[in-house]
Amino acid sequence: MDGAWIPLALTLKVAGWATGINLVLGVALGFAMARTRLPGRDLLDAVFTLPMVMPPTVLGYYLLVLIGTHGVVGAWLLEHFGVRLIFTWQAAVIAATIVSFPLVFKAARAAFEQVDPQLEDAARTLGVSESAVFFRVSLPLAWRGILAGLLLSFARALGEFGATLMVAGSIAGKTQTLSIAVYEAVQAGQDDTANFLVAITSIVCVTVLLAAGRLVPGRVPARHREA
Amino acid sequence: MSLHRLPFSLARALLLAVLCHTAHAAHAADLTVSAAASLTNALREIAPLFEAAHRGTKVQLNFGASGALLQQIAKGAPVDVFASADQETMDQAQAHGLIPAAERRDVVSNTLVVIVPARGGRAPRTLTDLTQAGYARIAIGLPASVPVGRYTRSVLEGAGLWSAIAPKTIGAQNVRQALDYVARGEVDAGFVYATDAALMPDRVRVAMTVPTPRPVRYPVAPLKAAPQPALARQFVAFLTGDAARAVFARHGFGQP
Repeated sequence: MDGAWIPLALTLKVAGWATGINLVLGVALGFAMARTRLPGRDLLDAVFTLPMVMPPTVLGYYLLVLIGTHGVVGAWLLEHFGVRLIFTWQAAVIAATIVSFPLVFKAARAAFEQVDPQLEDAARTLGVSESAVFFRVSLPLAWRGILAGLLLSFARALGEFGATLMVAGSIAGKTQTLSIAVYEAVQAGQDDTANFLVAITSIVCVTVLLAAGRLVPGRVPARHREA
Repeated sequence: MSLHRLPFSLARALLLAVLCHTAHAAHAADLTVSAAASLTNALREIAPLFEAAHRGTKVQLNFGASGALLQQIAKGAPVDVFASADQETMDQAQAHGLIPAAERRDVVSNTLVVIVPARGGRAPRTLTDLTQAGYARIAIGLPASVPVGRYTRSVLEGAGLWSAIAPKTIGAQNVRQALDYVARGEVDAGFVYATDAALMPDRVRVAMTVPTPRPVRYPVAPLKAAPQPALARQFVAFLTGDAARAVFARHGFGQP
């Protein structure tokens, strides 16, 4: 049963990286979408949300064709850096990142749209730089919603299966995440291992959801209620 | 009808529709066959022949790794006929009392081969060549549930190469996935059956045929819990008949 902790560690590593990348990408793009009035904004929004509604196998196939050895990106990486992404834990991170991205992006966009632009303008009249407006006004006001989105994206990344299996395979100790280890164990009739893995996964997911629930925007802390 | 009762009646109508559909499906003579992934193409040709010979019968084919199919059956999947790619999986089915031992038949045989990508692949001349650094990734079926993986492991263990090659293996969910990994050039070599390699002559190249300690023979049996026991027995008999044999032979399978 010791072996069952390895997929947990790997899953946390993959989901952690995916969430970290999504923190940067999701917040940046969410902010851009909330504050700019670009033409084609709705189309962009749809594209960024697509991974949430598209079947993971479709995403997995796109990725395989793109970053595979004969893919556009994959062939370039192999030629210039000698890197093969398929069947590595980094491929699992790419799959998990894409699949869970919309959850951060959507949450960040909604959170930034809730921030009163007058507060940002007020900061500007005080001569603060644009980056300071973002980091000292917009982000602190929106962080609660963003954090809830991040936790959901972490939970989604933890459970990612289809796209991950297609691009990272199922290599024990290297790319075999919890959800894939469960699948393997069931396929091989190892019910004891499956039960243990399923229990761990459930506990981790419930913990993340409870944490996310406490951070849902709109839950006003008691001391602010008077105001 | 008051408006607030609408969702309830809608749900009831849906439930009724689903139940009627299920009942209807059970009335038709549906024969469910769970078969090893390597039999995919041959059985897809044989099924219509059986349907033509048995009016009103519809053959539902379910393909996967033999081990995975056995687990579905052991957990109560309504399957009539099981076709495994190795004796070991069928032995397990027999040990669990899922099949009648007397009705088990070997239908075809196959051979294990090493394949390399047709584009840019280097063919090993011996199994020992696979330990070289040039072969960084080698696709095999996952030995826990995929017969071709078990054959591969037993060959490599016999040759004393398993410990050197195991760290380089990429486990596939079934033999067709191993074939796909090689065809896409994501691995440097792979172990599949000769019949699988023959499906993609322009994308994979057979480097060598590998003799296995135990011959690759596919056993078939009707299941004790088959919803259609009579049809199940007829299908097993059909697989050993001339019409099915001709199809198997055309796909490169050998006599059992």
